[in-house]
Parts: sequence; C-alpha cells; structure tokens
Amino acid sequence: MKALGLALPVVMLTATLLAVNGHAQDVVRAERGGFEAKLEYCKTCHGLSAQGYRGWFPMPRLAGQQPQYLENQLRAFIERRRTNPVMANVAHALNPSVVSALAGHFRNLDPRPIGGAPRQSLAIGRRIYEEGIPEANVPACSACHGTEGHGQNEIPRLAGQLYEYTVGQLTGWAKVRGQGSAVDTSAIMAPTAHNLTRSQVEAVAAYVSNLP
Amino acid sequence: MSVAVPHRMHRPTPLDKRASFNGIGRISALLKSALAKWVALALLASIAPAVAGEHAVVRNCTWCHGTSAQGYTVAPRLAGQRPLYLEREIRNFRDHIRDNPFSRQYMWGAVAALDPGAVRELAAYFATIPPRPANDGDWGLSARGRSIYMEGIPEANVAACYACHGPRAEGIREIPRLGGLSSSYLKARLEQWGQGYHATPGSPMPIVARSLARDEIEALTSYLSFIR
Repeated sequence: MKALGLALPVVMLTATLLAVNGHAQDVVRAERGGFEAKLEYCKTCHGLSAQGYRGWFPMPRLAGQQPQYLENQLRAFIERRRTNPVMANVAHALNPSVVSALAGHFRNLDPRPIGGAPRQSLAIGRRIYEEGIPEANVPACSACHGTEGHGQNEIPRLAGQLYEYTVGQLTGWAKVRGQGSAVDTSAIMAPTAHNLTRSQVEAVAAYVSNLP
Repeated sequence: MSVAVPHRMHRPTPLDKRASFNGIGRISALLKSALAKWVALALLASIAPAVAGEHAVVRNCTWCHGTSAQGYTVAPRLAGQRPLYLEREIRNFRDHIRDNPFSRQYMWGAVAALDPGAVRELAAYFATIPPRPANDGDWGLSARGRSIYMEGIPEANVAACYACHGPRAEGIREIPRLGGLSSSYLKARLEQWGQGYHATPGSPMPIVARSLARDEIEALTSYLSFIR
C-alpha cells in the first residue's frame, strides 16, 4: 500500500512531464515549420529582401515573382522534374499552406534589381527581348513574359533577375528542367533556349536583369 | 548544379609526425657539414634585411596569425583565404562592424593605420600562401558535419552551406574559404553571430547561426577543420 502510494504520484508526475515535453516539441515544430521561420530560411540564400544573391551558385531573385510559377517550381523540385539537390531538400520540408503564403509574400516585394550585369550588349538584348530572332526561330520574349518582363500566372517574371542565374538557366535548360515528364510547362522554353547562342543568351539576360 | 564529390580529407596519423622528425633530422645532418653552415649563414645574411624591410607589416600579422599565416589559437588562418574577403574584413575592423571582444581588443587597433593600397597588397599576399588544414575537430562528428554542409537541415531551416561556400568549402569572391579553418575559430564565429556580434550588412550568417544547435555547430566545424 505504501509502495503504491508512492508509485502513483511518480507515475502522474512522469505523465505530466512527458505531456509538457511533447507539447513543447510540437510548438517548436510549428514555429520551425511556420511562415515566419520558412521566410527567413528562404532569405538565407535568396537575399534578405529576396533580391537574389551571388553565392557559389547564383541564387535567383524571388521578389515580385509570379506565385503560380513559384509553386510549380517547388513541386518540380520535389518530383525531380527540375534537377537541383539543394532545392529538392528545401521543398520537401515545406507544407502546402506555407508555400502559398510564401509565394503571395514574395509577389509583393519590390527591391531594386541587384545589378552587376555586363553593359556592352544591352541594346542587342533589348532587341531580342522585344522582337525575337525570326531567322533563328526565337520568338520575342515579351510575347509571353510581358513588355515589362513581369510574367503572368505560370510564366515567370524576368525583370530584375540575376544575370548569372538567367544565363545558367538558358544554357542548361534541357539538362535541368522537364526531367522524366511530358507534363511540364518548361518544355515550351526548350526549343527557344536551344536556338539562342551563348552571346545572345548573355545579351538578353543582361537586359532583363536591369528591368525594374 | 551537381552534388560533389567526397572532399579530400586528411586524418592526422602518428606517421605524419615521424615523417617530419625525419625531415628535421636530415636537415640538421646536412647543416653539420661546415660548408653547408657557411652557405646557410651567407644566405641568411643576404635575405634577412630585405625580409625585415619589405614584410614588416606582414610580420605584424603573423605574430598572432602564426607562422606562414596558418592560424594560431584564436587568430584564424589567413593563408589561402579569398583576397576580397580579407579586404572586406579589414574594412569591417576599421569601421568597427566586426565587434566581438578579440576584434575590439586586437584587430581594431591593428588595421587602423593601413591605407587601402596596403590592405589590397596584404590580402593578395596572404591569399597566395598555400593553406594547411587545422585538423582540430572531432573526427567522429565529421560525417554528420558533412551532411549539414552539403544538405543543410531543411526541417530546422538551416541552408546548405555549400550553396554559398562552394562544394569544397573553398569560398568565392568575398565569401570566405572555410575548409581547413580551425574548428575552435569557426565555432566561436558561429556562436558570436548567434549572440548578435559582427554582422556584415546583408550577410545571412546571423540567420544561419541562430538556426544551428550547439551539437550541429560542433559537427559542422569538426568536418570543416579536416578539409584540405
């Protein structure tokens, strides 16, 4: 009886401690998985104003990006349609409601373009952007991405994008995007990316990087 | 983007020490010959004044940063560091942005009299010295450290270090080389960022440092200390 009298409070205390501990872990998990924490996580690499950042790899600007494009790409990373080991890990740890909240948040950010692109072929870049290169089967970028380069729906904003990022994407398009799937909107860009020469890619990337 | 490639890591063994003892033994045997002694003295006499004159500033650095700038106790290795990073940090000391206790105590004064030309030359000089790994971490933790470096900890919002510092932790432009820096120095930097010290404007490092737990810092810095 004496032993039971002692055992009961001990059991109750242990149960209480476990419950408190479990609750604390849930709170930490919610905070770590919540909007504010994930927003800070994005900004670690993409710049404190989401303006993009030059690390070892060029980290693209997310500010002002089309929400639908961002959501599509995060899904593409998870499904390995877009090859990127870093972003695959990142996207896996995001829940869908946080993804929508993040995409909506970035849509409304408007920092100045990061700059830093070479300036010598801006005029050529502008012509390619506005008129395309008919003899090389390159359509005008503005036809889909808009005259100001702000994109629409699943078509991404290009205005203010990091020069090195755009160059890297256009030169490596078919190796990175649309992997193992026919149902990927990135297929639209594949022929255009293929038909642009390196110097044309650089010219158009420099031009859009300066668009506000 | 491709996931790298195992880093070359060096695990110190007793053999290394023996090899360097043998080296010293061979050199001292050589010096025993009278001719070699004379040659050595003559060489020393001709080089010494030039070294003292030209590299007085460098010598001021190596008092603390160690022989051939390989780092010593709390003073980090400068050898092989990115020159743009060294220049920026010297500016940060000068402008009192890097403000942890040792910076205030030593570096604020040490860089105060350097003109921009001297800063560039010093940075370029230290960048050319081949760096040696500190190897002072816990070898048992380095596999965990490598996974944090390469993949981050997505559920804890820790970004992959390699996205900025490079697949071999070699750094680029003003982003520092981390590979081979001493574990104790790296640990101190991360802990101080977590405490609110010395944030270069626009740097993401305070965010990273706040997201890392103590044992994760231990593992990460151990791994880095072994990278060649």
